[in-house]
Amino acid sequence: MTTSTEQAGSGLDDGPLTIGGRDFESRLIVGTGKYPDNETMVGAIRASGAEMVTVAVRRVDLDRSSEEGILHHLDPDEFFLLANTAGCYTAEDAVRYARLARAAGFNEWIKLEVIGDEKTLLPDVQATLEAARILVEEDFKVMAYTNDDLVSALRLEDAGCVSVMPLASPIGSGLGLVNPYYIREIKDRLEVPVIVDAGVGTASDACATMEQGVDGVLMNTAIAAADDPVSMARAMRLSVQAGRLAYLAGRMPRREIAVPSSPVRGMLD
Amino acid sequence: MTETTTNPARGTDHISLTVNGEERTVERGTTVAGLLEELELEPRTVVVERNREIIPRDDYGEVTLQDDDTLELVHFVGGG
Repeated sequence: MTTSTEQAGSGLDDGPLTIGGRDFESRLIVGTGKYPDNETMVGAIRASGAEMVTVAVRRVDLDRSSEEGILHHLDPDEFFLLANTAGCYTAEDAVRYARLARAAGFNEWIKLEVIGDEKTLLPDVQATLEAARILVEEDFKVMAYTNDDLVSALRLEDAGCVSVMPLASPIGSGLGLVNPYYIREIKDRLEVPVIVDAGVGTASDACATMEQGVDGVLMNTAIAAADDPVSMARAMRLSVQAGRLAYLAGRMPRREIAVPSSPVRGMLD
Repeated sequence: MTETTTNPARGTDHISLTVNGEERTVERGTTVAGLLEELELEPRTVVVERNREIIPRDDYGEVTLQDDDTLELVHFVGGG
């Protein structure tokens, strides 16, 4: 497999994304929810180049009126499964879901998410921290979804999370990166990888997010709810690479005045 | 939960369970593996929680269900 910068056609060195001792070539992590059908989901995930994909834990439908489990469609040998605790509103519930996810037998990783408000789906950071401490104690590798607050991010890192995942904007909103300054600040201060999770709406959002220097982006709805999810997945793959490359390349300084690009000397009389 | 004496499963060779929130009656002596078979579920894709405790997959054949057990059968679905 080629590295992301090679795919983008650059000689700039960029190592893999290393989380919890495991290397990933792709800096894009994708969800598996809300696709119009399973074939589109698998096509989009392949087009995204993502190696890590998120899944949710839910009751089996005993009446079989809804679709079967996702593993009938998604090969767990092809993708690294990251189970989430989506839908949990308490630390206790999140811990319960995480344990069930681990018992599925794939890995001990969990995308920890404890929601604090139904309308905005903003995280309950205190409950997230409480659950993170319990799960780290139980040897889970915790990737914690949180808001864009530096102090919360620092606490989650201190708790032993292998990655901290601040939001770009609320889950499923597609509003893009609303606070680049806070995201840069978090990236600057944390040692564990910072993955921006939630809020990306289109390719330019993913690119702008990666340009802040973060280690990766996690998204679901931006791809799944696009008119053409497979094409959007490819756009996201390219934009994550472009944003990463632009960050590594180092952007020009911003100036409040114009500076001509062409020589001012040699003009005709 | 208040116990009543009207439970039709009592005193018979059947027991009653709550599976994923629904009442269900099975033969006394049914194991977790037996229940999954009855429900036509593949044991390798389902995680079983019984009275809030996860049953290791290797034990599905050994664990016998008891009257009034509450079971949650879960699996992975699409999510973000």
